[in-house]
Amino acid sequence: MQGLESIIDQAVREIGAARDPASLDDLRVKYLGKKGLVTGYLKGLKDIGHEERPKIGQAVNQAKERLQILIRDRQHTIETAELAARIRRERIDVSLPGRGQERGHLHPVTQTLERIESLFRQAGYEIVRGPEVEDDFHNFEALNIPEDHPARAMHDTFYFDAHTLLRTHTSPVQIRTMKERKPPLRIIAPGRVYRCDSDVTHTPMFHQVEGFMVDEDVSFADLKGVLSDFLRHFFGRDELAVRFRPSYFPFTEPSAEVDIGCVICSGRGCRVCKDTGWIEIMGCGMIHPRVLANVGIDDEAYSGFAFGIGIERMAMLRHGINDLRMLFENDLRFLRQF
Amino acid sequence: MKFSELWLREWVSPKVSSHALGDQLTMAGLEIDAIAPVAGTFSGVVVGRVLAIEPHPEADRLQVCTVDVGGAEPLQIVCGAKNVAVDMRVPAALVGASLPGGLKIKEAKLRGVPSFGMLCSAQELGLAEQASGLLPLDGDAIPGTDVRDCLQLDDLMFEIGLTPNRGDCLSISGIAREVGTINRLAVSAPDCAPVEPECDDRMEVRLEAGQDCPRYAGRVIKGIKKGAATPLWMQERLRRSGVRSLGPVVDVTNYVMLELGQPMHAFDLACLNGPIRVCHAQPGSEVALLDGRTVQIEDNDTLVIADRDRNLALAGIMGGQGSAVQDDTADLFLEAAHFIPAAISGKARQHGLHTDSSHRFERGVDPELPVRAVERATALLISIVGGAPGPVTDVRLEGGVAPVPSIYLRSARARKLLGIQVSDEEIEEILSRLGLSLEVIRTGEWRVTVPSYRFDLRCEADLIEEIVRIKGYDQLPDCRPLIHSGVPPLPSHVERGTSRIRYAMIERGYHEAICYSFVGEDQQRRFDPDLVPLTLANPLAADLAVMRTSLWPGLVTAALYNQRRQQPRVRLFEIGHRFLKLDNQEISEEDMLAGIVWGPLLPSQWSSEVRAADFYDIKGDLEALFPGLEYVPAERPALHPGRSARIVGPDGTEIGWIGTMHPETQRAADMASGEVVLFELRLSAVLRDTHAMFRELSRYPSVRRDLALLVPETVLAEQIRKTVYAAAGSLLTEFEIFDVYQGERIDSGLKSVAIGLTMQEISRTLTDDEVEGCMREVVDRLQAEHQARLRDR
Repeated sequence: MQGLESIIDQAVREIGAARDPASLDDLRVKYLGKKGLVTGYLKGLKDIGHEERPKIGQAVNQAKERLQILIRDRQHTIETAELAARIRRERIDVSLPGRGQERGHLHPVTQTLERIESLFRQAGYEIVRGPEVEDDFHNFEALNIPEDHPARAMHDTFYFDAHTLLRTHTSPVQIRTMKERKPPLRIIAPGRVYRCDSDVTHTPMFHQVEGFMVDEDVSFADLKGVLSDFLRHFFGRDELAVRFRPSYFPFTEPSAEVDIGCVICSGRGCRVCKDTGWIEIMGCGMIHPRVLANVGIDDEAYSGFAFGIGIERMAMLRHGINDLRMLFENDLRFLRQF
Repeated sequence: MKFSELWLREWVSPKVSSHALGDQLTMAGLEIDAIAPVAGTFSGVVVGRVLAIEPHPEADRLQVCTVDVGGAEPLQIVCGAKNVAVDMRVPAALVGASLPGGLKIKEAKLRGVPSFGMLCSAQELGLAEQASGLLPLDGDAIPGTDVRDCLQLDDLMFEIGLTPNRGDCLSISGIAREVGTINRLAVSAPDCAPVEPECDDRMEVRLEAGQDCPRYAGRVIKGIKKGAATPLWMQERLRRSGVRSLGPVVDVTNYVMLELGQPMHAFDLACLNGPIRVCHAQPGSEVALLDGRTVQIEDNDTLVIADRDRNLALAGIMGGQGSAVQDDTADLFLEAAHFIPAAISGKARQHGLHTDSSHRFERGVDPELPVRAVERATALLISIVGGAPGPVTDVRLEGGVAPVPSIYLRSARARKLLGIQVSDEEIEEILSRLGLSLEVIRTGEWRVTVPSYRFDLRCEADLIEEIVRIKGYDQLPDCRPLIHSGVPPLPSHVERGTSRIRYAMIERGYHEAICYSFVGEDQQRRFDPDLVPLTLANPLAADLAVMRTSLWPGLVTAALYNQRRQQPRVRLFEIGHRFLKLDNQEISEEDMLAGIVWGPLLPSQWSSEVRAADFYDIKGDLEALFPGLEYVPAERPALHPGRSARIVGPDGTEIGWIGTMHPETQRAADMASGEVVLFELRLSAVLRDTHAMFRELSRYPSVRRDLALLVPETVLAEQIRKTVYAAAGSLLTEFEIFDVYQGERIDSGLKSVAIGLTMQEISRTLTDDEVEGCMREVVDRLQAEHQARLRDR
């Protein structure tokens, strides 16, 4: 019969040579299983005396412990190697693009509208919307633009019949709101408007935001402050030059055109500002007392301002878009940029 | 309105630069559109007097001129112009002169003859776009004088874009008043003193148009000189105002219009069969206009000037063919009338006309001007063409011209509206200089009388604008209004929901489009042939003629646009109104969410196989955004009849449509092949102002049972779902279709549908009996209602 020493030597050799967990497990059974070579060693010895037994038993136990440790260590070594191999195997090119749907883009006009709406919403303005098919009363008459008023020629109106038209501005929402509600009012009314005009700088449909405030003590100086704040925040330039210059709208008095220092050339003169250093950005004024009277607001007790912002122009300036018509071509190469 | 700066400065000349003057006008509301030099840049050009002309020995078209240029010896200059004549004064560019465009004049030999300079046309000096022949200078021009001085060419042309309320500034006189007020300077007007009559001839004038023409001034001038030329200074001022020179009589009427603002007309007296009548033309009659066109009168409120026989002119708009001043006119009749804006407004446009005269009358011309204008024109005319003026006829309608309004003005109101205090002195100064008269009622309160030329000042706010306009908007501080604070409500659920949907759409890979709200009628008919669209009376083009009844035509156009630009896939959505004409003729406008998808589901990529997006991909997008809607098979024009569904809400409300585009429609629209999926929903129908309420969770296990069914292929998944829910009752917590198969292994006409049911009770564990009973009921009901049977395993 083989001696314990030689069994252990053989086991150590075989454990050291094991390459995978399965063969290691086989070795565990072979040597340490119930009928294993080490476990069964004592039973295999027939002719030993009483004094010898405990000694040999102790040697067997020591051998078992030693082999268990060896197996455990070997197992650890094998697992470590396997993990390392797996990790080598599973290496990928992380620079390859990810999978799945692309993200769409909001139209720059929508983004501009949202920016304007957010700014005024913070200041407590409420968003109101109105119909795009309007009647003559709300689009013109109530705004102090009677028939044959020369201002109508500036509007190039699309008509359906003598009284029904596509609104030429968002100002009719002012009328609709003031007829229904009482001051104090702080409202903005964004939306599509239409004029019968199409060339490099005009599209027959475009967007405006009408804004107005009516309260007991609203002044032209307030209007200046509100719009200056708005324009500086919109363009994100605290030092933006803003100037108000007299103009004419039948529904405001006094009326003003608002210019900003050219955001393209910072006032040095360029194609966008036609070398004037100024860009005409919006119209505004104090709501005409006759308009207030038309909607039943006491023009002695209340005053208000109103303004109208052309969204396309704001979007073009903010994003550096040089051709208005691109905004309505829906070219994906264009839309993806915003 | 264009004008010469020097002309304006003759009236009032503030000590500021030209550009500062321009800025002053802009900041007072008279916006400067352009400031440009009145002539090209040139130097070394002097007045030359042609002393002699000899034919060129070698060239028929050239002549050799001897020209006095103010020096000791006359110069020999070869010239090719036909109009060169002895004693003529012309611009002579001397050797060393530099002309516009950089041409330098040198000593030269023209076909062998030496030439010491060049005689110039208006074009060569940058005074005209084109010219035939030399520019004839005035007969009294002194040889040797610099032409720039002689013609006052160091001048700028100002162009103002006037707002329609400022008709009073359509003249040098009006602009000078503004400049004078801004700079607090006095304004000097030219002499308009009466010219004594030298004959008794007069033309009778009858005002037969009521309020439309309350005043008419006229004068006969007899025996004018034929062949006289308009003096160069006047021609130049007209040119710098953008008006062409058309002979002395017309030039004088135009000059007075530019100077004072009163449109005038001169008739050839010989062509008039008096009296002159101002009346409304007979419907059906005609007016032959100066520009050669004949206008048919259809309505009964077109104002004309007529005589005994015929309509002579469209009043306030354009003179007539048969009565205008000609080269051989000997006697003339000058007209300066007042037509009220309402009588002229719209009339010119109606006939496709827009003239300097109609432009002014539409905006309002000072009713006090006619006689002054006639006197001024008479004086100018006589100095050019001579003639004997008759007495001035000044016909006024009784109670005709509307009285000038007087307005109550309070400095307190100005303060409230402007936000600053303007002193009473400043208010009085500004308004008086603008020609308003103020009568103090008490401190800080006035009765203000508006001058006849200001049609735009009718209420207190108008006066307050005048004050701040002249004071300067930049003099007002930037203030912030005091507001009633409080917690405002949230934006409406529609506002919030619409924004949320936009973001959800882009997260799912859709790009936002904005299409025109009007489309071509053929496009509209392709999608909604049964709807009568709202049609524009004056569309810009045939493809923008009707209001869209669906957002699809615009999206299809956008998809096509991208296909033609090599885009391999299109995924667009739009939110916007559609316009429907209801049965009661009312118009319904409603916000819609619509989309179009074509091409691969995913962007091209290296890894997975990329397949085309189909109906179910898009339906999946909608289900994710708007759960709980039902998709009912339905047909609609433009959609594939087997792949289209009406979308309805749980309560049966009509929500919208989804479908594959009909291959025929796709071809008709010129779109590339491959499935195109369209959807459109009523936004208000899917945006609900609700929030979820908690339901108790069960702590007991759920049971799942699967069934493999064979059903006729016509049975809809939705029918199976409904039957299962009805049969299983409240135990059923989840239902899933996890496989659908149709093909070889199944009899034709049938399909295999695998469903999974999850059952659970809130308060206890379900028993096997309960589950089995429920499943039996489900199978029985499916069999009874849909001929479903369990598939053999």
